[in-house]
Amino acid sequence: MGAVMNDAQNTAVKAQAEIAAVPQGRLRTPFWPRLNELDRLNAWHEWKGYTTPDALYDADLEYFSIRNSTGVFDLTPMTKYRIKGPDSLAYIDRLVTRDMQKVKPGRVAYAVWCDDRGQVIDDGTIFHLREGEYRLCSQERHLAWLTAAAIGLDVAIVEETGDIAALAVQGPTSFSVMKNLGLEGIEELKPFGLTHFDFAGSELMVSRTGFTGDLGYELWIEAGRALELWDALFEAGRLHGIRAIGTEALDLARIEAGFLTAGVDFLPAESTVRPGRSRSPFELGLEWLVDFKKPNFNGRRALAEEKRRGSRWQLVKLDIEGNKPAHHSYVYRMLRGRRRQVGFVTSACWSPVCKKNIAIATVEAPHGDPGNELLVEIYYQREMHWSRVMAKAAIAEKPFWDPPRRRATPPAPY
Amino acid sequence: MTERYDAIVVGAGHNGLVCAALLGRAGRKVLVLEAADEVGGAARTRRFAEGFTVSACAHLLYQVQPEVVGELGISLPRAAEGLSTIALSRDGRHVRLNGARVEGVDDADQAQWRDFHRRMTRFADLLAKYLNRIPPRLANGTRRDVLTLAELGLDLRRLGREEMREFLRLIGMNIYDEVEERFQSPLLKGAVSLDAVLGTHLGPRSPNTILTYLYRLCGDHGRASLPAGGMGAVAEALAQCARGHGVTIRTGMPVRRIVVDNGRAAGVETENGETFSSWTIVSNADPKRTLLGLVGSRHLETGFTRRIANLRSRGNAAKLHLALDGLPAFDGLERKELGDRLLIAPDADYVERAFNPAKYGEMSPEPVLEITVPSFRDASLAPTGKHVLSAIVQYAPYQLKAGWSDAAREALKKRAIETIAAYAPDLPGRIVAAELLSPADIEAEFGISGGHWHHAELTLDQFLFVRPVPGAAQYRMPLDGLWLCGAGTHPGGGISGACGRNAARIILKQQKPA
Repeated sequence: MGAVMNDAQNTAVKAQAEIAAVPQGRLRTPFWPRLNELDRLNAWHEWKGYTTPDALYDADLEYFSIRNSTGVFDLTPMTKYRIKGPDSLAYIDRLVTRDMQKVKPGRVAYAVWCDDRGQVIDDGTIFHLREGEYRLCSQERHLAWLTAAAIGLDVAIVEETGDIAALAVQGPTSFSVMKNLGLEGIEELKPFGLTHFDFAGSELMVSRTGFTGDLGYELWIEAGRALELWDALFEAGRLHGIRAIGTEALDLARIEAGFLTAGVDFLPAESTVRPGRSRSPFELGLEWLVDFKKPNFNGRRALAEEKRRGSRWQLVKLDIEGNKPAHHSYVYRMLRGRRRQVGFVTSACWSPVCKKNIAIATVEAPHGDPGNELLVEIYYQREMHWSRVMAKAAIAEKPFWDPPRRRATPPAPY
Repeated sequence: MTERYDAIVVGAGHNGLVCAALLGRAGRKVLVLEAADEVGGAARTRRFAEGFTVSACAHLLYQVQPEVVGELGISLPRAAEGLSTIALSRDGRHVRLNGARVEGVDDADQAQWRDFHRRMTRFADLLAKYLNRIPPRLANGTRRDVLTLAELGLDLRRLGREEMREFLRLIGMNIYDEVEERFQSPLLKGAVSLDAVLGTHLGPRSPNTILTYLYRLCGDHGRASLPAGGMGAVAEALAQCARGHGVTIRTGMPVRRIVVDNGRAAGVETENGETFSSWTIVSNADPKRTLLGLVGSRHLETGFTRRIANLRSRGNAAKLHLALDGLPAFDGLERKELGDRLLIAPDADYVERAFNPAKYGEMSPEPVLEITVPSFRDASLAPTGKHVLSAIVQYAPYQLKAGWSDAAREALKKRAIETIAAYAPDLPGRIVAAELLSPADIEAEFGISGGHWHHAELTLDQFLFVRPVPGAAQYRMPLDGLWLCGAGTHPGGGISGACGRNAARIILKQQKPA
């Protein structure tokens, strides 16, 4: 009898152990122990399967670390693919709309890729790590599409999201932090450049890229060395105001810089169901990324047709009067004395550094042409009661935040 | 210096020849390049033993479209027309079918057959009308596309309420349920089942086998005829016609690749290194071979490439050729009936059971066979007094789990011969020479991906507006200057010439001579 019980207990314990061995709930990035130590708010959300902080102690202060000193953001959950093989250039060049022949080893390119209908599947950055070897980094996962794109080409695609730990180190003092970290020659690294360093026997890749529109770098290292890198980085930045930041701070910064977020400012084509809910690069203001000189790339035929016929949507940056953020607002335009709804806001914030009420919006063409005056319908609540303003909005042709220090090479040692 | 043509046709299959002839007739300077030393592709006559020749792949004509022969002004050499179909029985009580007539079944089955045949031929006639049309586009269609669609709807409606309902009920259905509902005679059920699945990777219980049955009836209502001199003679007649229209045909010239220049097809390069230029490249090869092989995915977009790569095109039929020193004696069959079409498909379940192993990459232990003895009607195929037997053997999956080794081929050959010998016991003793072409052999010999004679399975999702794949149904490929004209396009496989004719028409319509 006792033996039977023991067997049953053993089976139960074994089953428990097996269940425990399967990762459940949110994953933790290799930097999680450090983020957790710094965390005061316990405000976390899910990002591509990982737990990630909204903010660690105060979103506004974290934001100011990006603009005034250095903010460090854990971007490990960004989807990463390694692409290599004899046909890797032909592969990438056909995948994305821009000319990748021009992106030499040691360079990084922002790019979008489309389906055959010329609709944007996602945007992301492509790192030409070495001759014939690339890393593609994006918000969404794309293995099915990337694998289909490899049919008939000699190229290997490896998902490496969990293997590579990555930090964005962004802000005016980030260059000084990099110097202190002992990265020889970092002053020569130009925007959208990348270079490799030795970090205690491991390869550390540093790119001069970011999602903040400011001077900044991104650091990429094998997951096992993540904590050592974090510690060395924070030690190097101790006297330069280095701060860990969460998603809210980064989101403010990216709206100021005019950067798009997939799933927010546009929907990845493969996740849309209704016709007309996906967008072409033209409709996202990314015409500069489409190179028709290339004889073939995914979406080329459809985009050439769209260029001929005209696009349906425009993406605009809005400078809105007042100080109430235009979250989720409808956008209108006065036409022949009548107010006509022409679009909607997808991202909005009060920009602390520009002292402006800004937004990214989608409007029907041609209402988004420069010079048109638009109206934004903003609802806001005061002591439970809702109020509404029709705020005038001007179409901004340049990013709201684009300081010269972002591009200066060598960067200034703030 | 490369020579420039108005159009280059890759592959001298019967559709390629029809297309070339029609382009030539319209005054175009056309070059046809064929890999083999003879024209015809899968419509070829093959010498498989000293003095014995046979149609190498397709061996009967069902679906030659009158529009094709009419426009080309040719007559195809036929040794016999209106062949009867005989469903063989082990006890010698065979069932004989010819059009609306059936012998060897009871009165109830006779009546059912007449009704079934009337309805099926009516539906097939409706379908046949659209085989000879360029399929309309559903999205972004021109006015002509919309009119064709409207006409299709109207034609359906014109069938009458009840018949239209029947058509819509049957079109996606399987043949098994229909024969079980109608007929008593196992032989009759087996024969109809075989006709529905011959040459496909489908069993009688697979959905959509009514469609494949109707497809077979398009043209001659299922009555087969036998080409004189083998199928190669049909191809030769087409080639003669093409040459008469000024078309240059060069055999023994395998195309290595289709040259793409700045995003458009600009010519072809042959294996011997010669290049030929043209802004119109028409491929008679199957979609996979054309697009993934000759063009290459790097010149195409990803979504399209994926669709082509996923095209279902796994052949499941082998071809058996026997050289005989005399006519075999089939139990219960008169000698003159050896000139007809003989089926080994004793009942519908037998056919389905034969299909079962094919799903898992194994060949049928008891195969289904369509047998002809063409030399009975056409003495040119064998030495005097001797004969050839040509049979389609199903099922023999292209992706045979164990691979198509010599041993596998021998095993299937043995099974096929044994299966026939159960009905014609003296057959094995009469065999002088034998060969079996597996789907892998057919792929290698005729350059058809997967060895599938339709190039792409004939199913509703690969039919009409969506053949070979959605977005490329009008013969024009999403690479400027590249067209398809083979069985992989609408309407599909079989010796019909409709693919080649439709392709030629749209090419002539959309491209005025330079």
